Amino acid sequence: MSARAVRRRVASGVMSGLVALLCFTAVLPLLFIFGDLIHKGATSLDWNFFTHSPVPAGQTGGGVAHAIVGTGIVVGLACLIGLPIGIGAGVFLAEYGSGKLGWVVRFVADVMNGTPSIVIGIFAWTWLVRPVGHFSALAGGGALAMLMVPMLARTTEEMVRLVPHSLREAALALGYPRWRTSLKVMVRSALAGIVTGALVGVARVAGETAPLLFTALGNLNFATNITLPMQTLSLQIFQYATGPFAEWHRLAWAAALVLMGLVLALSLTARWVTRQRYGAS
Amino acid sequence: MPTATGHLSGRRRRYRGDVAYRGILTGLALLLPLLLVTVAGQLVVSSLPAIKRFGFSFVWKTTWDPVAEVYGAAPMIFGTVVSSLIALVIAVPLALGVAIFLTEFAPKWMRRPVAFLVELLAAVPSVVYGVWGIFVLIPFLRQVAVPPLRAVLGWTPFLSGVFYGNSMLAGGVILAIMVVPYIAAVSREVLLAVPASQREAALGLGATRWEAVWSAVLPYGRAGVIGAIMLGLGRALGETMAVTMLIGNRHDISLSVLQPGYTMAAALANEFSEATTSLYQSALVEVGLLLFVITIAVNAVARLLVWRVARGTAVGSKAL
Repeated sequence: MSARAVRRRVASGVMSGLVALLCFTAVLPLLFIFGDLIHKGATSLDWNFFTHSPVPAGQTGGGVAHAIVGTGIVVGLACLIGLPIGIGAGVFLAEYGSGKLGWVVRFVADVMNGTPSIVIGIFAWTWLVRPVGHFSALAGGGALAMLMVPMLARTTEEMVRLVPHSLREAALALGYPRWRTSLKVMVRSALAGIVTGALVGVARVAGETAPLLFTALGNLNFATNITLPMQTLSLQIFQYATGPFAEWHRLAWAAALVLMGLVLALSLTARWVTRQRYGAS
Repeated sequence: MPTATGHLSGRRRRYRGDVAYRGILTGLALLLPLLLVTVAGQLVVSSLPAIKRFGFSFVWKTTWDPVAEVYGAAPMIFGTVVSSLIALVIAVPLALGVAIFLTEFAPKWMRRPVAFLVELLAAVPSVVYGVWGIFVLIPFLRQVAVPPLRAVLGWTPFLSGVFYGNSMLAGGVILAIMVVPYIAAVSREVLLAVPASQREAALGLGATRWEAVWSAVLPYGRAGVIGAIMLGLGRALGETMAVTMLIGNRHDISLSVLQPGYTMAAALANEFSEATTSLYQSALVEVGLLLFVITIAVNAVARLLVWRVARGTAVGSKAL
């Protein structure tokens, strides 16, 4: 082998080693983050943490029960508003989306997917908070729904499109009307995929903080009234982590671990739902 | 439900069902463009007082003084751009490393688990990155990373001044970690969309595996990879919580990345609920409007580039 050929071989080997190293480096922070979350958060997780509301600053103890319930309520509201719109728009894109309107909706969904969530928060404030005069969990749910809809629309479209054309043709040939074909055959067959998309969407918004800062605002007490300010885990973490007390920092780690666990559980369930059908993705 | 065909009434009823179904779906889909137009309109209307008062000077004036009611967004715009650039400088090699390794070099059994781990980075909530950044990354930068860096490059203006931790550098590094999964996922899909014949042709001409990647695969997917990087840039520009918690939040323009700075998103997160006067609010909404317009432009260009490689498919929509 000539020296040149050897050099080229070596260069190829070095570069493939380099990309492997880069890839490893990219994954490293994830391992550190998970490790630190468990290391610094797990010891604070006890019964009180899940069942009590915070105690006044400076005292020890207390928990985040109010924030866990609040997260559930705000995300629940987001689902109530966002799921029908997002999934409906997605089915539209898959079934009738070949025209100009389909192009526009698709483009808008993609653009909105990239819109910073803080901007959506500002908009939600001008639209849902300012006219009413006070912050509310409902406004927070609305803001999260606006984040969810474009994402859901695109994943739903993709999933419905994966259903083989022959199924639709078979249903139409049997005399099914179009709308029934769409609902009972196309959407039904794509259901696992749509559920996955919804779960991923919920996981994404459950961890959101920025759009809630001036909508749900946060609340140090247990609250279930959706027309009033409400605490969520993410807001609570922000408050505790940027606060001055060591006790707050301890609780911030614990709450971060709980939030991460929640988001992870949703994401993994999403994967599990579609495991058999779309194994490749 | 009528399943028999041929009866006129049945057909008409069916037709009516179809019209209603299509109408409902179209209505739901129309909400999306409507929402975008409303968002844009509302932001413009709410920022009009500030636009009228300051005009274009808003973008290049550096004073941000709520007491004197003088607002210039230049430090935030500067901080947004610089923190995002720091993020890209770190993230692009890592993300391309992931994409190239996973599509071209990694053993088959490794590809899916590693891709999954990288995707998990995108699932970590921003505020959790913030917590980790405050309590782990900043001490690491202060004690381990920055001292040797300063020993070598401390004479440059980019590393001058006292380093307390909360800084442009800390914000940029956390952003880098956060955008890696987006750039990696989209460029991986772009590289997967490169036809196998490209690789085979290069290998058949006697190229080594790296030469095939470098001279045949990457050039073919270049537009898509640039698009992927721009999508990452769009993410970095608008990322809020983690940056707010790490960047130091000071309305200053400093060449040194060790000094605190501000980004547009961070300023909104910090100051919006404290904005007491209507002009202050209006100025902040204008910052939001600027951010909105910039990210839309960056994202639109990115999409068009990605579409050029993987035409028509929703490439990367899963990752986004």
